[in-house]
Amino acid sequence: MSRIKTKFQDLQSKNQKALVTYIMAGFPSEKDTLSAVKGLVKGGADIIELGMPFSDPLADGPVIQNAGFQALQKGMNLDKFLGLVKKIRKETDLPLVLMTYTNILYKHGYDKFIATVKSAGIDGLILPDMSINESKEFLQAAKKNKMDVIFLISPNTAPDRIKKIADSSSGFLYLVSVFGTTGGQQQFQNYTTTAIKNTKKILGGKIPLGVGFGVSNPEQARFIIKSGADAIIVGSAFLRLMENTVAKKIEDKIGQFTSSLKKATITE
Amino acid sequence: MKLKYPKNGKFGEFGGSYIPETLVPAVEELEQAYLKYKDDPEFKKELQYYLTQYAGRPTPLYLAKNLTKFAGGAKIYLKREDLLHGGAHKINNTLGQGLLAKRMKKKRIIAETGAGQHGVATAMACSVLGMNGEVYMGYKDTERQKLNVFRMNLLGTKVHPVKEGTQTLKDAINEAIRDWITNVKSTYYLLGSAVGPHPYPVMVRDFQSVIGDEILVQMKKLEKKSPDSVVACVGGGSNAIGTFYPLIDEDTKMFGVEAGGEGIKSGHHSATLVGGSKGILHGMLTYLLQDDEGQISETHSVSAGLDYPGVGPEHSYLKDAKRVKYDAVNDKEAIDAFLLLSKHEGIIPALESAHAIAYAIKIARNMPKSESIVVTLSGRGDKDVEEVGRYLSKNVKNKN
Repeated sequence: MSRIKTKFQDLQSKNQKALVTYIMAGFPSEKDTLSAVKGLVKGGADIIELGMPFSDPLADGPVIQNAGFQALQKGMNLDKFLGLVKKIRKETDLPLVLMTYTNILYKHGYDKFIATVKSAGIDGLILPDMSINESKEFLQAAKKNKMDVIFLISPNTAPDRIKKIADSSSGFLYLVSVFGTTGGQQQFQNYTTTAIKNTKKILGGKIPLGVGFGVSNPEQARFIIKSGADAIIVGSAFLRLMENTVAKKIEDKIGQFTSSLKKATITE
Repeated sequence: MKLKYPKNGKFGEFGGSYIPETLVPAVEELEQAYLKYKDDPEFKKELQYYLTQYAGRPTPLYLAKNLTKFAGGAKIYLKREDLLHGGAHKINNTLGQGLLAKRMKKKRIIAETGAGQHGVATAMACSVLGMNGEVYMGYKDTERQKLNVFRMNLLGTKVHPVKEGTQTLKDAINEAIRDWITNVKSTYYLLGSAVGPHPYPVMVRDFQSVIGDEILVQMKKLEKKSPDSVVACVGGGSNAIGTFYPLIDEDTKMFGVEAGGEGIKSGHHSATLVGGSKGILHGMLTYLLQDDEGQISETHSVSAGLDYPGVGPEHSYLKDAKRVKYDAVNDKEAIDAFLLLSKHEGIIPALESAHAIAYAIKIARNMPKSESIVVTLSGRGDKDVEEVGRYLSKNVKNKN
C-alpha cells in the first residue's frame, strides 16, 4: 500500500484528519527547505508537498509565484530537487508529494520523470494544469511506476466529472476551495462548504478529500474540517512565514505553526 | 490536410486543453456557444455588419509596384490589414468574440496584449458593443508602447501593467488567466491570438480567416489564379493562420516569418518554430522556447507583438506536416524593411509585419516576374516610430 493511503488509514483509526503542508523546494534556499522540513515533522505534519518551481505558474498567487521565482534564480532544477528529496528522506518517512506544472514532466518525458522522482522517494504528484482530458499517457506512466496521482477539482466541477476525476485519482482528491489562485483568503463563503459537502457525498468514502487554496490559519482549518474535509492543505502561509523568519529560526517557527494547525485536525 | 474542426481539440498531437479544473466549465461553455453561433445566420449577419461598417472590410489587395521593382522578381501584393479600424487585423477577432461574449451574457471582458494592438482592438469592441474591458499588458511593453496604453485608456478600458516574470506578453497571458480563474462566472477572456486551450485556436483562426478568404477572391480577379506564395509574420500566429487556412488546399507556397531577434545563434530571439521544442504552456501543447528542464525561455524581439515563447498549435501542426515553411528574420532586417516600405511605398508597417516584408523581398528575388506573392500587412507602424528611433540611435552609437 502507498505511503499516502497508509497515512490516511492510520489517521482514521486515531480519529484525526490530515494536515498537508506545502513548501517550495529551494526557497529561500535548499538549506532552509531542509530546516522547514524538520519543523514540519516536529510540528506534526502528516503529508509534505514539495513544490518544484516552474517559470509560468498560472494557478499560483503572488506568494508561491515569488517563491518559485527565487528558487529558480538560485538554480533549482531536477538534479538538485532529487538531491533534496534524498536528504529529506533521511529525516522522515512521511509521504512526500511533488507539486509542479505539466511541462516539467512533459519535457523530461512522463515515464522517465516519474520513475526518477519515485526512486528518490516521492509518493504522489499534483499538477494543477493537467486535465483528465489530456492525462492518458501521464496516467499510464504513473501506474507503471506505482505513483499516486492527486487530481484537482473545483467548486464548479460537475458531479459526473467529479466521479470521473476521482476514478483517476489515488492517495486523495484535491478540492480547490475558492475561485482563485493559491494564497490567503479573508473569509470562506458558503459555496466552499457546499462544495465540500457535495463532493463528500459523491465520493462516498472511496477516496479522502483534501481542501486547499487559501487555508492559512487554524481557525480556517477548523472551519474546513468541520465542513467535512479529510485533509487541509496549507501552502502560502508557510512560505510567508519562511520569508519573514531568519534562517536559524525557521525550524522552530515552522514547527510551532505546524503544531497549531495540526491541533485543528484532531477531533475532540 | 485542412483540419476544419480539431478532433478532441487537437491539431494532430498539438493543441488540447491543459488547464486548471476551475476553467474547464468555462471553456466548455465557450465551445458550446461558439458551435451554436458560428454558423447562425443572425450572428454572421451582425458580425458582417460590424466588419464592413465599423472595421472597414474588405481591405484592399494592393500591388506594391515600387517594392516589386526594388526586389526585382515576383509581383508583391500587400493585403492591407493595416487599413482596418484600429490599425491592425486584431479587430476581426475582437468583434467576433465580442459578439459571442454578448450572446453568452458576459458583461466583463478581459484580454492580454503584447504590442497593444489586441488591447486596442478589444477596447474598441467593448466600447462599441457596450461591455466593460480590462487589459493585462507586460510592464516592459507598456513602456515601449506608451501610445497604445493611452489609446486604450481613451477608449474606456483599464490597463493593468504586469510586473511578474519577463514583463511581456507571456506574463500578461498568465495574469489574464489568473484573473479568469478568480472571476470565472462573470468574465469572458478575449484571447488575441490563435493560442491557448481549445477552442481558442480554432475560433481565432475562423474569425481571422476573412483575410485569406478575401485574398483568394481578390487574386482570382486580379491574377486569375490563387497566389503563388503567401507570407505572414508569426508571433502567436493569428494573422498568419487567418491568411494560410483558406489557402491550404490551393497550389500556394506558404511562409511564416518569426522574429529572429539578434539572431538564432545568439539565443536572443522569439523564433519558436525555427528554434524551439515541443512543450505545454498556456493550456496548449505546441512548440515552445524552453530550456532542457522545461522552464520557458526569455524571448527577444524588437517587435513586442512577436515577443512570445509559444505559437498557435495549428502552426506546429502545419510545420510538422511540412505544409508551411517557417523561417526567421532578425531585428535589423525587419528595421530595414520598415524603413524601405515607408520610403518606397509611403506605408509605415508595424514592426511585426515588417518581418514579413523583409522575407517577401528575399524570396521575390528568386521568383519569376510572372509569379506573385501576397504579404499580409497585419498592421500599421505608427505605434513603432519611437521604438525604431531608439533602435536606430542605439545602433548608430554602437557603430561609433
